[in-house]
Amino acid sequence: MTDRLPVMKTYKLFIGGAFPRSESGRVVEVEGANVALASRKDVRDAVKAARGAFPGWAKATAYNRGQVLYRLAELMEARAGDLAATCSGPDEVARAVDRVVWYAGWTDKLAQVVGGANPVAGPYFDFTVPEPTGVVGIVAPAEPALLGLISRLAPALAGGNVVVALASQLHPLAAVELAECIATADVPAGVVNILTGDPAETAPWLASHMDVNAIDISGAVAAPGGDPAFATALERAAADNVKRVVRGPADGQRLADVEQLLELKTVWHPIGV
Amino acid sequence: MPALPGGFELPASLRLTRVGSVDAVALEARAADLAGRSIKKESKLLALDLAIRCMDLTTLEGADTPGKVTALCTKAIRPDAQDASVPSCAAVCVYPNLVPTAVARLRGSGVKVASVATAFPSGQSPTAIKVREVEEVVAMGADEVDMVIDRGAFLSGRYGKVYDEIVAVKEVCGAAHLKVILETAELGGYDAIRRASLLAMAAGADFIKTSTGKAAASATLPIQLCMLEAIRDVHDATGRRVGMKAAGGIRTAKQAVQYLVQVHETLGLAWLTPDLYRLGASSLLNDVLMQLHTQRTGRYQSLDYFTND
Repeated sequence: MTDRLPVMKTYKLFIGGAFPRSESGRVVEVEGANVALASRKDVRDAVKAARGAFPGWAKATAYNRGQVLYRLAELMEARAGDLAATCSGPDEVARAVDRVVWYAGWTDKLAQVVGGANPVAGPYFDFTVPEPTGVVGIVAPAEPALLGLISRLAPALAGGNVVVALASQLHPLAAVELAECIATADVPAGVVNILTGDPAETAPWLASHMDVNAIDISGAVAAPGGDPAFATALERAAADNVKRVVRGPADGQRLADVEQLLELKTVWHPIGV
Repeated sequence: MPALPGGFELPASLRLTRVGSVDAVALEARAADLAGRSIKKESKLLALDLAIRCMDLTTLEGADTPGKVTALCTKAIRPDAQDASVPSCAAVCVYPNLVPTAVARLRGSGVKVASVATAFPSGQSPTAIKVREVEEVVAMGADEVDMVIDRGAFLSGRYGKVYDEIVAVKEVCGAAHLKVILETAELGGYDAIRRASLLAMAAGADFIKTSTGKAAASATLPIQLCMLEAIRDVHDATGRRVGMKAAGGIRTAKQAVQYLVQVHETLGLAWLTPDLYRLGASSLLNDVLMQLHTQRTGRYQSLDYFTND
């Protein structure tokens, strides 16, 4: 039995905590592996899963969200070898893990830093608290394969948003490998959904979807050899329900990336009456 | 008052089909097969339009208020505020105390008022009280009465009591249509569902209805198929057309289309009208509206932009 046939892996989608094939049944060969080619109906299903998961993740305590993100870092560390094989190497994995930990640390500090108590001229205690924007669509940067997705995903999650991410078309394996870490990291099902395939096909449906509250078009803007008209088309489609359109670096960590996916709620509380 | 003798022999004059028994495996296979039909484009738009025209928009909560019922009636008349081409629902279904509110709001709109009655949802009250309740709702102006059968009597074999009660209720309904709710989840199987369907039709039901929506389980496709086949058998034997109402658990436009396909395939086009087919639902309407918007705009929709009722 020395000549056993190894079990080949088909890289599937990640929707609602499960790993389904594309509803369309399509696959493409990328980087020597069969990868699911998501359709617009997969986008629809992923948004539905995300919407269902949003109330729970938004209401989770900041401390709990930080713990879950830290646990994700633990699992990425444990699977560093698998992850390194799908991206540029161990150095990129190490930086991706560190980035998750960096954002994990932010979860319970956002309210103090972004929100605050406001001095007002009246008998009110006036304060501002940040709340997550909602369902966030992410067109992941084409490169770096792992770090690009993590750099866009982690800030959205830290703020309490739920995500439907369209993985890099050129390097989708890192995204699916990451999904396998997420699935075992106590991230509630549906909080992160990852679709592989051609963003040119799926991103317009995500951008025009009325149940998506924000779209991060970093990947469309920064696509190598990319079409600037693509990003413009996404922005236009996103205008239908006045989505937030955000963008950020493919490799960077900034509080601003968390802030741009937060809504500020200001409360005027009567006192002394 | 007609009474049934022991066993289950229906009055000979009605010449009803024999009760027989149901092939559960074939029934479920047929229902699953029909549910797999792909309905797209114009056919889908037609089906969604029909689903709205056949819908009994329902609110049956302890917390129902005149304000909530008025809002629901307004939605039944004009389901889509942005699009007048979307048709009105067939009826609004409420508890007896809210019938006057619904009657006042729906007058002249063509949308009917349906009221549940006969100690809904359990049906475990004395017959005299149930009949009195039906008299009251009819006097208050209900166009349709949704009664429940006495499952306690049915399950203990007292079919005569169930039959007599339906007959008594039908008598006091007058011009109002009578829908008989079998509460299929509590009957314990397809044989019993078929038996109860035939019993209700023999007793004079204008419609037979699956569920109250208050039991642990509600309408399913095989259950509707079982009831539709009973309706078809009665029509074949007597020429009488009895209506069907599926209710409970129908929440998505996709499900609604599957139920309609089944009616079309089992009873034919003649039944695809609000006079003979109804879908009882509360949250279904918004999903159908979302589907219509998606078809029209080419964008997936969000519940954020539809009324929360």
